[in-house]
Amino acid sequence: MDDSLSDNRPLRILIADDSDSDRLILKTLLRRLDHEVADARNGQDAVDIFRESGADIVLLDALMPVMDGMEAAHQIKALAGERLVPLIFLTSLSDADALARCLEAGGDDFLTKPYNRIIIEAKINAFNRMRLMHQTLSQHRDLINDRNRHLLEEQEIAKRVFDNVAHTGCLDAPNIRYHASPMSIFNGDVLFACPRPAGGMQILVGDFTGHGLPAAIGAMPVAEIFYGMTSKGFSGSDVLREINQKLGRILPTGMFCCAALIQADFHLNQLQIWNGGLPDGVLLRTSGEQETITSRHLPLGVLAAARFDAGMEVVRTEPGDTLLMMTDGVMEAENRHGEMYGEERLKRSLNDTGNAGSPFEAVIAGIHAFTGKQPEQDDVTLLSLEMVEEAELAGVSERLPQSALEGPAEWHCVYEIQDRSLGQFSPLPLLLHICMEVPGLRRKSGEIYTLLSELYTNALEHGVLGLSSDWKATPDGFGRYYAERERRLQSVSGHFIRFSLTHTMTARGGQLAIVCEDSGSGFDYRDLSAVGDENGYSGRGLMLLRKLGHSLNFREYGTRAEIVYDWQFSEVAAREGSTNT
Amino acid sequence: MTDKPHLDQEALAELQDVMEDEFDILINTYIKDSSDRIAHLRSALDQDDADRFSKSAHSFKGSCINIGAPRLGELCSEAEKAGRENRLVEAGAMVDAIENEFRQVEQTLRGFLE
Repeated sequence: MDDSLSDNRPLRILIADDSDSDRLILKTLLRRLDHEVADARNGQDAVDIFRESGADIVLLDALMPVMDGMEAAHQIKALAGERLVPLIFLTSLSDADALARCLEAGGDDFLTKPYNRIIIEAKINAFNRMRLMHQTLSQHRDLINDRNRHLLEEQEIAKRVFDNVAHTGCLDAPNIRYHASPMSIFNGDVLFACPRPAGGMQILVGDFTGHGLPAAIGAMPVAEIFYGMTSKGFSGSDVLREINQKLGRILPTGMFCCAALIQADFHLNQLQIWNGGLPDGVLLRTSGEQETITSRHLPLGVLAAARFDAGMEVVRTEPGDTLLMMTDGVMEAENRHGEMYGEERLKRSLNDTGNAGSPFEAVIAGIHAFTGKQPEQDDVTLLSLEMVEEAELAGVSERLPQSALEGPAEWHCVYEIQDRSLGQFSPLPLLLHICMEVPGLRRKSGEIYTLLSELYTNALEHGVLGLSSDWKATPDGFGRYYAERERRLQSVSGHFIRFSLTHTMTARGGQLAIVCEDSGSGFDYRDLSAVGDENGYSGRGLMLLRKLGHSLNFREYGTRAEIVYDWQFSEVAAREGSTNT
Repeated sequence: MTDKPHLDQEALAELQDVMEDEFDILINTYIKDSSDRIAHLRSALDQDDADRFSKSAHSFKGSCINIGAPRLGELCSEAEKAGRENRLVEAGAMVDAIENEFRQVEQTLRGFLE
């Protein structure tokens, strides 16, 4: 803190009086109080001295030649700007009006003649205290302003970093609509969407407890895990388990993340949803029916891994069905009277969908009509996901991040998964990861994942578990199929599924050979009806293979499936462009 | 005209205390200053400038009060008032009275000087 704030420093006092004797008396009085005194004979000199060297306190005679005290007071206050320079009028005026005019002219007080040294000393000290307090407050204010500006700059930078890590992924897909405040990260809301390599997408809506940087920091690893795992093909449950564990480890007690994870499969027309602590989601059927997606779990980062339930609700959908998920900010949006938007109003807004165009627009319009605020001002995070035909989303998954590293080209690996792990662990992300080490295969991750996934699902469900795909044809059977699948998985014993992957380079690109063997009793792969059934064995994988002209062979009574997948360098593909892509 | 004393002994004693060695300078300054002011009053009167007359009387009043010459201060105050009210006809006599009173004050003050 600088010297001027220490109380016992001599003050620099400027006095102006046209009477030589009065000036002499005052100057002597003040010097005997250990202050430094500068004196002027009129108002103009006083202003000049003040402009030149300033003063802590100014004592001015009211009536002076050249420039009187009133005008000098006015100019000195203007020169002082934000600083408080106490200004005391010296006067032998006695009528109240004249004294009041002195104060109106910018004076802080007056001293009447004859001078009384006790009064003078007391007033100087009182005004000095006021001056110091003002100075302290100004410094604190400047400091706070400075800190605040600094904080905003830091937030801006943090936001830029955050936006790079926690980018919005495929939120711009044509079937997604969302609203999030531009600085939502600092109110703790997160919204991510990522295409899955096998098609479909995963979406995470989250709301961290707390605000500001602490909330944003927790969101960083969530984004990393979500995008990293989803793009490698991990299921929603796997992503949830990983995020829960990570948050449990890094967040302080009392801080957690209310979240919903949505895994949308447009091919199967199915949503898998996990809601932990977010307000009820709403699924609007094309029929007009509304289904509630209630939170059935504690938020992420609360439970230990062993007690965490990552099971997702499976919901059958049809194209046109729309899912709405939101954070607390929607329910708690307040109007001028402090009332909250709430569930009832949400329902009323949704019933109004016909007029608004879409459920999303209906809710946004409802909130803004209720709060009277502009969309930019609120903390509302709202997501709308429409189920569509898979073909409408072509191109969305091609934006998965690519690694620039060179990878292996000639390799072979065998991976066998056995017994209990068959039910608990999906080898697909790992196998996909191995394949993605080959740069030329990275752009094909969707196709590779589909092949691996079809082979694995078939080997597990039809080979090892012996389930019949016919059941899946009806909604009832669909449920039974999955219930039976769960039941049989519990008692799997002495079984395995073995993948053998071999990659070699060719003149035009590379070749990936995938062999999948299982310990089941096989099936009649020559039954063409099974092969042609979309819901049955290798429906999509086989269709894709046929389309791409690759080979698929079954051996050992159907317990061994072999696929040879050829890929071409992009130049080769471009040259032969129209012929076989 | 006024029953205020020529000099306020108490005020003068305090000034002596405050000014110490500079008391003589103060007295001389006051005497010089006052002579100038009486000349100012006369010149304002000659030019029939009531405003300047009133302001000069006001300033003179202030220094008289401060030095401890209350009767002279009172005379100045009356002159200030007359000037403000544009009664310059009576003012000539007032300046004479001021000058007379000042001569007495000056004489007594010089007695304080060594």
